[in-house]
Amino acid sequence: MHDVLKVNMMANIHDENDHIAAHTSEDLAEQHIYAINIMGAPGAGKTTVLKNITKNLKGLKSYVIEGDIESDIDTQDLRGIGIDTYQINTFGACHLDAPMIHNTIQNIRFDKKGILFIENIGNLVCPAEFSIGEHCKMLISTVTEGSDKPYKYPLAFEKADVIILNKTDLLPYIDFDEGFFIKGVRALNKNVTVFKVSGKTGDGFTEVAAWIRERAANFGG
Amino acid sequence: MHEFPITQQIIKIVGWQAAELGASQVKSIKLVVGDYSGFVGDSIQMYFDVISESTVCEGAAIEIENIRSKMRCTGCGELFEREFLSFNCPKCGADGEPTEIGKEFYIEYIEVER
Repeated sequence: MHDVLKVNMMANIHDENDHIAAHTSEDLAEQHIYAINIMGAPGAGKTTVLKNITKNLKGLKSYVIEGDIESDIDTQDLRGIGIDTYQINTFGACHLDAPMIHNTIQNIRFDKKGILFIENIGNLVCPAEFSIGEHCKMLISTVTEGSDKPYKYPLAFEKADVIILNKTDLLPYIDFDEGFFIKGVRALNKNVTVFKVSGKTGDGFTEVAAWIRERAANFGG
Repeated sequence: MHEFPITQQIIKIVGWQAAELGASQVKSIKLVVGDYSGFVGDSIQMYFDVISESTVCEGAAIEIENIRSKMRCTGCGELFEREFLSFNCPKCGADGEPTEIGKEFYIEYIEVER
């Protein structure tokens, strides 16, 4: 006769991921590396934003981990302009997770203090659910995606530490209700910093770079 | 696709607990899944049946409790389920703010045979 036993677990299914993420975050801080998890839909301009930011971060070294389902086009592009870049291909998986980043940073020699940009898979849903060891989550949204995005993908907007509204050079050609967008953002994330930029013209990136520089100087790394 | 690795993780966590208990078989697993956890109960069930084969979890019944997401009104404090394209409180119209209700994603309990 077998006995059946009921055992209360209350086990968070993300615990292991979160534990590894916390370890990565400490490890990077010890090496004076401030890590930014860049999230956004496919085509939001994540890589273009990244290039514009690094141009304005003079004196601070930029490192990049590029997450893509397939291809290394962005990595080649970034290496071409002298940025120390590492590729992760997930071959189908819709987000980066903590073990992937933990394994990748073992192969990076952080010879100077600086910023590690981790470009997540283009997706407004899953990346928001996983900590990967970042010190800051940056969400790229665009005026072309529409002003309803905070209402349709609330978790990404709720979790962001900074929101970059990209492609603002296209505002004259589209109907983007900025008031509605900001109202949604503020309901989900009262104090989040929002920057309006154009990856095409480079407008607005001096301010973004200054914000990152200040955060990186004060994060205790 | 999204639920595949997370179902592997569930089987791994339950497997550790079962081994600790000296269990020969896991009979049932109770999961609590919030709407905003990003995971779909039905998909977890589908992957579970495939991934649990030949593990201590094979044949276990999965019970999933879904939790609807709720916001809290910054005006009157009401907890409410939001309407599409709005975060406004249905009672007083003020903005709602996010809560942790609906973000749950955990294993509440398991039943094992020893």
